[in-house]
Amino acid sequence: METFTGVTCPFCGCLCDDLEVTVEGGKITKVRNGCAYSLTKYLNYNRDRVAAPMIKEKDKQVAVELPAAIERAARILAEANYPVLYGWSSTSGEAINLGIELAEEVGGAIDNTTSVCHGPTTEALQELGLPGCTLGQVKNRADLIIYWGSNPLQSHLRHISRYTIGAEGRWRKSRDDRTLVVVDVRKTYTARVADYFIQVEPNRDYELITALRMALRHEEIEQDRVAGVPVEDIEELADLMMGCEFGALFYGLGLTMSYGKNRNIDAAISLVRDLNRWTKFVMIPMRGHYNVNGANIVFLWLTGYPFAVDFSHGYPIYAPGATSAVDILSRGESDASLIISSDPAANFPRRAMENLFSNPLIVIDPHRTVTSMKADVVIPSALVGIECEGTAYRMDGVPIKLKGVVKPPKGVLSDEEVLRGILTEVRRLKRGG
Amino acid sequence: MELLITNAIVYDPINGIDGEKIDIAVKNGKIVETPELRDAKVLDASGLVAMPGGVDIHAHIAGPKVNKGRLLRPEDHLRVVRGRREGLRPIVGYTIPTTFTTGYWYASMGYTTVMEPATPPLETRHTHEELNDIPIIDKACFPVVDSNWFVLEYLKEGDIDGCAAYLSWLLRSVKGYALKLVSPGSEEAWGWGEGLRGIDDPVPYFEITPREIIRGLHRVNKLLRLPSPIHIHCNDLGSPGNYKVTLDTMRCVEDLAEMDRPSLHIVHIQFNAYGGSGWGDLSSGAPELAKYVNSHSHVTADLGQVLFEDTTTMTADGPWQYVLHRLSGNKWVNHDVEAETGGGIVPYEYRRKSYVNAIQWTIGLEFALLVKDPWKLCLTTDHPNGGPFIEYPRIMTWLLSSKAREATLARINKRARRKSLLGSIDREYTLYELAIVTRAAPARILGLEGKGHLGIGADADISLYRLDPYTTDLSKDYKRVREALRWAAYTIKGGEIVAIDGEALNTSFGKTYWVDVKVPERDEERIKRDLNERFERYYSVKLENYPIEEGDLRFSSPLRIRGEGV
Repeated sequence: METFTGVTCPFCGCLCDDLEVTVEGGKITKVRNGCAYSLTKYLNYNRDRVAAPMIKEKDKQVAVELPAAIERAARILAEANYPVLYGWSSTSGEAINLGIELAEEVGGAIDNTTSVCHGPTTEALQELGLPGCTLGQVKNRADLIIYWGSNPLQSHLRHISRYTIGAEGRWRKSRDDRTLVVVDVRKTYTARVADYFIQVEPNRDYELITALRMALRHEEIEQDRVAGVPVEDIEELADLMMGCEFGALFYGLGLTMSYGKNRNIDAAISLVRDLNRWTKFVMIPMRGHYNVNGANIVFLWLTGYPFAVDFSHGYPIYAPGATSAVDILSRGESDASLIISSDPAANFPRRAMENLFSNPLIVIDPHRTVTSMKADVVIPSALVGIECEGTAYRMDGVPIKLKGVVKPPKGVLSDEEVLRGILTEVRRLKRGG
Repeated sequence: MELLITNAIVYDPINGIDGEKIDIAVKNGKIVETPELRDAKVLDASGLVAMPGGVDIHAHIAGPKVNKGRLLRPEDHLRVVRGRREGLRPIVGYTIPTTFTTGYWYASMGYTTVMEPATPPLETRHTHEELNDIPIIDKACFPVVDSNWFVLEYLKEGDIDGCAAYLSWLLRSVKGYALKLVSPGSEEAWGWGEGLRGIDDPVPYFEITPREIIRGLHRVNKLLRLPSPIHIHCNDLGSPGNYKVTLDTMRCVEDLAEMDRPSLHIVHIQFNAYGGSGWGDLSSGAPELAKYVNSHSHVTADLGQVLFEDTTTMTADGPWQYVLHRLSGNKWVNHDVEAETGGGIVPYEYRRKSYVNAIQWTIGLEFALLVKDPWKLCLTTDHPNGGPFIEYPRIMTWLLSSKAREATLARINKRARRKSLLGSIDREYTLYELAIVTRAAPARILGLEGKGHLGIGADADISLYRLDPYTTDLSKDYKRVREALRWAAYTIKGGEIVAIDGEALNTSFGKTYWVDVKVPERDEERIKRDLNERFERYYSVKLENYPIEEGDLRFSSPLRIRGEGV
């Protein structure tokens, strides 16, 4: 029996790094400190695994040896004119790094799941910037916490206890030292533990933020209600924000993916910027996948752009809406795809899916997914943070090394190793091998 | 591989070689005696100038701050774009280029060693990931330590030994090379949205002043026998009248300094050399600062010259970046790092017709020309704060040629021109002096013994420029000189030719330097107890996940040091 401490959980953007995982006879038997998601992931990671590499022959996936699967994947990519390489948010930074090199090599478009979650955050940030900080800063200092369009008690289960109202920090010792505000369209689990719950009408966040900005500036709001919220409540919230010592706004897809999208985030950034004239205020997006931020970060230092990068001209082109995976697929422009650590078939629009499935499709994933069931090549890989190590970036940008605590199934390589194999093979094929 | 460079006109200030035609022999990546060569490739460098590979002591090239700059400025990446070529990754960006672009461009300019001068310890894993992806050059990074809670607490208690032991642990843990102070104490104050002005404003709650922090870290640096002095970005950076704070900073360690040895390096001094009482009467504090530097031997500085460019400012000095955002109305990223430091990014354009920007431009050059001893000075722009590193050759020609200066002076804001004494300074740098401020001095200040010279045993990092000093009038032909310095004819790194005519040839990788300092065991034990007790209260990560393994560096090159008392 062996117990690993300081294990980092590869589930959500919180990247809790205090798990204790007990391994007996090569199996994980106990997980301490993890949330329900974390526990489920660690204790069931071996379910629904892809048993062996597979290649589709006559509409049927048949098991093959790994080199054959890698060779077929490389051939598909090398022969494609405009492949799409998508996913990346649930694998290691090292794998993402190789993914970019592969995209350059094959002249494809590479995109991560940011384009369907916090893409609007990025676009707003590129317009205005963003005042942020690391989560420990919030834990130590923040006396006002706002969750907007985010329900951490059901999405990021330990966010509240590790970093916000449940955390003990240098200047904030207990729950009483902090005020919690939740803004959402319905009374969520998180709203139930809040000191203030502001119920905004669906898709009217932009108006509410604008009203808040007016209230900050001592301007009079003429209506009685804005976005369904009484003006008195808006004015009270504005005073609360101006009067705190350190405020932190966390926001989720309720803000990025509702009506207005990046304009909502523009407004939120402007609000936080305004607040810094009176007090200290920061904001942090609640990133979902454990390494979606890492995908943005690695993309950035290698290409200059955080997602939706097109290498079809040899140099990176960034134009979300044109070079993002959903859009390329929906327009039917790509002629092959590589999907890694993601399951777009479960959430992409139908037209995008039709193109994905009508062209050669490669899937690299530890688990069986809806996407992999229709793939031409399926390559199983080891789970980062459970079966192999790798670097990930927390929602606030803090990099953490993930450990491997058990061995991967026999013959199964990490994403990084699989990609290196494909890249080597692509280069061999392109040199006329 | 063996290489014999013949007929080059060599400038090698550390070895006192001033424009002599001598052969340079290279074997196994080092400079050797010519007779040691057996089967050398001969490179005829007739008509070329040879210098040691360039050493940049201060350029923000990697890490969370730089990468947020890339995120903030997609428009910057459209300024220079080139597709991939055989063995070379794409080139993208200008003021905040991609990691690969950064390595290729430094090599194309004949630079082979570059320091990333500010990394938040907690996020230094990120910095190393980027440094790993910068090709060709050797590199290192400096953790920012002046607002670190452990440091503030040890210093407040007067526990210098504890602070030294802690910082030896920190440098080893994050694989850092030197100690960096950024507007000492002010990032902690910025955690509450406040700033500090002079060096005697106390840090909120910690009740310690910048003066005490600077003096404490100065003593720690000596205890640890670090190869480089503390690098300090002075308080009140960017504000009119701040040259006085810079003077206070230099003075405050006078009694601690061994007068014959530099022990305080002021970074990007131009940004801390402002006179006047407001933007309207901003004036140059360069003469006062140069006077002080000329008469004291414990201080060195790098320039932080500004260029008339649309660039990207970035610094751990959070409060200053907020001021700049409010002043310019430009977009603003802020990023505070728990228990350690902060940071901000604001795009900014220095305009030659702006009085303030024009004065800033004159201040840097005034300082460079008024400091008599070039060994006290390094050429930098605080890349990308004053302008991108790729434009260094413009600064080089301003130093080499009064005509080049006049040409720019004629086009700047009239009031600034009238007010500046730059036009009355006729000093022109020699190539020997240029080699000092771009190679020899930074290498010496960094304590990198194998760098910055071409003596026997030095690293074979050599740059050759298409420039014949016997036939070229450096002052008159400054445009030609600038081109020659921009595109090195050959850049040799570790004995291999890595660039020809300003074009990088391959994607090889250099080393990452860091220091591994031994401290007395009892201090080490003591700080381990403190870390176990306090680290996880302060931070949002586990202590065991904080250190970076040596294996996480592509080519790790530790400098093993025994601190005092070991």
